[in-house]
Amino acid sequence: MLEMVVEKRLGEFTIDANIACETTGIVALFGRSGTGKTSLINMLAGLLQPDHGRIAINGTTLFDSDKGIDLPPERRRLGYVFQEGRLFPHMTVRANLHYGLRRVPPRERTIQPDQVVALLGLEGCLERRPHHLSGGEKQRVALGRALLANPRLLLMDEPLASLDQPRKDEVLPFIERLRDELAIPIVYVSHSMPEIVRLADTMVLISDGRVEAVGAVDDLTSRLDLRPLTGRYEAGAVIEARVAGHDRDYGLTELAFAGGRLRAPHVNLPVGTRLRLRIRARDVALALEVPPRSSILNAIPAVVRDIGTEECPQVDLRLDAGGATFWARITRRSLIDLGLQPGSAVTALIKAVAIDRYSLGRSAGQGRFLGDDD
Amino acid sequence: MPTLTPLETEALSLSMRVALWSVATSLPVGLLVAWLLARRDFIGKTALNALVHLPLVLPPVVVGYLLLVLFGREGPLGRLLFSLFGVSLPFTWQGAALAAAVMAFPLMVRAMRLSLEAVDRRLEAAARTLGARPATVFATITLPLMAPGIVVGAVLAFARSLGEFGATITFAANIPGETRTLPIALYTLIQSPDGEAAALRLTALSVVLSLAALAASEVLARRLRARMEG
Repeated sequence: MLEMVVEKRLGEFTIDANIACETTGIVALFGRSGTGKTSLINMLAGLLQPDHGRIAINGTTLFDSDKGIDLPPERRRLGYVFQEGRLFPHMTVRANLHYGLRRVPPRERTIQPDQVVALLGLEGCLERRPHHLSGGEKQRVALGRALLANPRLLLMDEPLASLDQPRKDEVLPFIERLRDELAIPIVYVSHSMPEIVRLADTMVLISDGRVEAVGAVDDLTSRLDLRPLTGRYEAGAVIEARVAGHDRDYGLTELAFAGGRLRAPHVNLPVGTRLRLRIRARDVALALEVPPRSSILNAIPAVVRDIGTEECPQVDLRLDAGGATFWARITRRSLIDLGLQPGSAVTALIKAVAIDRYSLGRSAGQGRFLGDDD
Repeated sequence: MPTLTPLETEALSLSMRVALWSVATSLPVGLLVAWLLARRDFIGKTALNALVHLPLVLPPVVVGYLLLVLFGREGPLGRLLFSLFGVSLPFTWQGAALAAAVMAFPLMVRAMRLSLEAVDRRLEAAARTLGARPATVFATITLPLMAPGIVVGAVLAFARSLGEFGATITFAANIPGETRTLPIALYTLIQSPDGEAAALRLTALSVVLSLAALAASEVLARRLRARMEG
């Protein structure tokens, strides 16, 4: 349980946040740049002192201005993975990894170096210095270093933001492994919705130094009123799905979800693997009946539940397909032409190729992760 | 290799001893002052900064005379030292080391302060989150990262101490075997009618010594940098 009620003035900017949520899996702090996410996580870590408030994790008070409690960072036992890695340049990778571990009393060491080195694939670079590592390797070492301090919680401040896409894809599966195999709670700061959808269970929406909403990622991303914060371009729904079968001839994988079956480009996972699947609103088209001949493989029957009221040429519609929530973005013109209203029955058309590797995240608790793909 | 005359050996070893003591004793003080100037805000910071840099702009003779006023038998600090430890600094090689240390202090502090300011404080914050107390962070992160600056500061101070003349001759005088360092021996030789050849030899010796110190600092700094970049 993470409880955080803090106030902090930073020049003209004021942070006034109230967060209370369970710390299972990954809790994402999401907001645009300059909304105070990093300040919040720094207050959690003890690197920034709130003007007023209280911070507690699982009943342990870290900060309480009324009681005069302010644990210094070294006594908070929170691992911190910084955006820029912050590896110590004068130490080898091994010395970096051991820096925090050495300061943990032996009987409290539940995470061991061999385990972390294997988990993060660092065998080959232990004797090297940070200067000679690639960006992805640096972030993996930073992850390992924070982990080996045996923290009660891991803080990550945009750990992928300074990496290019291939490096991001390299590091992401490792974060999923931490979450699933070590069961260590993580607070993850990001302004990237795809990352959050792939990794996080709970989302804290931050805007202008305030907490706008706290809840499950699927719930918050499908709320119309939060659309201005969660972002139009990335708007979409997260769907729990299961690998139902493979079509080797065409290189397709069939995914079963509450509303039926979806065909997507092949993913090398055994039948039965549970996945979370993100489908962006702009990848969903609507028709009143199933088009007789079309290239679109996925035609899902659905009912319109909600229609966005934003004053612009595009409209977002919330659809219900057998209990699963979908979003579709169409033009206002099409909305009028088709005469759609809440309650209308429609067919949601989803291009198979719109479901890419990046939109698939492993559901927590599964034994494999997507990085095992060949 | 030409052998050194007894006079040259004496001046050389005395100079080395004075310079080494000067650097060794001022190093911790220099580090503290550099840290105060780089990292702390306090009343009188500007005054401290000015005081540290004073020997750089004052005529060395003035510095020597001020030391004499402060540390002489009748001076406030001199009387204190004498009553507590029975020590008197003027006209001793320890006094020469003090004069050299004061003159070299601004150079040393400057180099250390610059290197301390260049240390990425975000690395120190990272070390704190990994469980290190502030003193541990200083010893394991800050100090190693500023090491090249410490070396440069120490070598500069050493070279400056080797060449110190004005403050030394004013405060510690020109006593053979006690305070007659290389530059003072050279000065004495120039003053005597037939000392020209010997003066030239001492000059050459000074040049060699200074070049050796510079080369040593270069090698050390390069090695430290290489260690950093691995």
